[in-house]
Amino acid sequence: MSAAPGPTAKTERLLNLVLCLLYTRRPLPKSRLREMVPQYASAASDEAFDRMFERDKDELRELGIPLRTEELSDLWDDEPGYRIHERDYALPDLTFEPDELAVLGLAARAWAQASLAGPAAEAIRKLKAAGIERDEDSLVGIEPRLRTTEPAFDPVRRAVIAGQTVTFDYRRPDGEVAHRRVQPWGMASWHGRWYLTGHDEARGAERVFRLSRIVGAVVPDPRAAPYAVPPGHDATVSVRRSTNGLPQPEPAVLRVRAGQGHTLRRRAVSVEQVDEYWSRVRVEYGDVESLADEVVGHGADVVAEHPGPVIEAVVRRLQGALRAHEVST
Amino acid sequence: MTPPRQRPGTGETATARLARLLTLVPWLSNRPGISVEDAAAGLGISQDQLRADLDLIFVCGYGQMPDELIEVDAEGDRIVVRNAETIARPLRLGVDEAITLMVGLRALGDVPGLTDTDAIGRALARLEEATGALGAVAGRVSVSIADGQDTAGVLADARRALAAQRRVHLRYLVPSRDETTERDVDLMRVVNLDGHWYLEGWCHHAQDTRLFRLDRIEELTVLDVDGTPPSTARARDLDLGTFQPGPTDQLVVLRVRPGARWVSDYYPVESVTDLDDGGQEISLRTGDTEWLRRLALRLGGLGIVLRPGSLAQEVAYAARAALAAYDVGT
Repeated sequence: MSAAPGPTAKTERLLNLVLCLLYTRRPLPKSRLREMVPQYASAASDEAFDRMFERDKDELRELGIPLRTEELSDLWDDEPGYRIHERDYALPDLTFEPDELAVLGLAARAWAQASLAGPAAEAIRKLKAAGIERDEDSLVGIEPRLRTTEPAFDPVRRAVIAGQTVTFDYRRPDGEVAHRRVQPWGMASWHGRWYLTGHDEARGAERVFRLSRIVGAVVPDPRAAPYAVPPGHDATVSVRRSTNGLPQPEPAVLRVRAGQGHTLRRRAVSVEQVDEYWSRVRVEYGDVESLADEVVGHGADVVAEHPGPVIEAVVRRLQGALRAHEVST
Repeated sequence: MTPPRQRPGTGETATARLARLLTLVPWLSNRPGISVEDAAAGLGISQDQLRADLDLIFVCGYGQMPDELIEVDAEGDRIVVRNAETIARPLRLGVDEAITLMVGLRALGDVPGLTDTDAIGRALARLEEATGALGAVAGRVSVSIADGQDTAGVLADARRALAAQRRVHLRYLVPSRDETTERDVDLMRVVNLDGHWYLEGWCHHAQDTRLFRLDRIEELTVLDVDGTPPSTARARDLDLGTFQPGPTDQLVVLRVRPGARWVSDYYPVESVTDLDDGGQEISLRTGDTEWLRRLALRLGGLGIVLRPGSLAQEVAYAARAALAAYDVGT
């Protein structure tokens, strides 16, 4: 029909093919489809048509279109027939209430700045294809935003969905890079960072990986044996456990200058006035290093008094910072 | 309403366009007489792209007889698509589409103080019904946007003020300067970004738009004063993160050892160069170097301020002053 160039002609061909396969009540042999879809006339030979048709079938299936191969009646008994059943193809008839559409819209908009922005917008368009437009603005002013800036996000997501073992190089917090082979179980965003959870084959145990520490490519292994995700696995729970891991909180005593150390005072167990210049603040901590980070940031305004390991961690940082900056000054 | 898609037509593959058309046809069939402008906006494409799409579907059908072809009437400004019953409904949701909606809804369900949890539950149930097995796959991806702090009360009050257009008074902690400040703010929106909730609004103290992290608001009072932000107030483009350098900010260069590579992960930086020892050289711009002084102390020698020299001297001075309180040498 139209002599549109390259990709446009291909889209026309595929759309005609989908329409023919959906419209038919009986499976159609490819010889019949070759007559029905005008763009197949451009195939120079039977072999060229066969190749084109095979590729078209694969591409429709990749889009999630349920193209079925069925037996034909006796007339063409050595040839398979093709069709698409409407009940497999079509989005079920869903009627959403206006307040439901409002939260769905909000859920989709959360991805607007992420690599899944396209699918999110398309999903909403599909749900609204039937013509409902009445949203409620009950959620005015609220804007959740999900970001997927990590380059590993898309390959990891595909592996998690497909349940496919992957290998990648991973940088530990200390800077060391090691090769990992992982059966992906799930992924979670926690405090704005994406994590992969899964079975680390070399370590024989569950591990949590921060996506931003994956170095280079995430390579799927199509020949890896299939595996099962443990029932009840919750990626968020695993991530929370691995990032927090707090033992029993311990008490620490700090001397804080008047009018300073607001963050520490806010979570203090008790604050006691020492004199006009200083308060004694008692806090609970779960991790020596994080408390030392917080204390040292206040410089001379906060002094660690107890326990020993916290004092040592603070002094170590101060000495390190002094040495580093005396050299460069 | 829905976010604009990434310029289709430019580099769009034939199959991606097909997928789009399979939604476009039923979408337009159900809106006979819609204007070109409204249709393009609703479909998230340009008007040129829409016209090109209409030209394409016009020659498609389940056969090539006139009554078998999709009918398109777009002579004037109005579009009517007919005879497209074969694709009267869009294709089922794909796995990525189902994931975005389900994961997004579940995340919203965790937001403290959101009153619409009932609608979220109903929408999720209907989606699960429609997507069947995809629901289980979508369950492997999760998002937590709760900040783990008890901010439900502040969030609810902020939303109330926003809905009623009331000004609020904030007692707000600025950790980088370790001080509590008081200010009146006309709210513009409540944003969740990277796992934290923020209020954005016109700050009468700063005479500018500001972001306030919810878990640092010590007290929020809704005032009985109109809270319409001035017409000059502009919401920030948050794609760049919550921290945005101004033109007058100064350049800071840090060299970090391998153990402190998280710094470039954590703070908005201008550029990062990997070094042979596994460390990095990081450039960033900031108007307030106090937080950098705190960071340098915290890094305890794993990070060195290379520029400006005055900041490096400040770090050395602060470290020496702090060490004086302990009975150790330098």
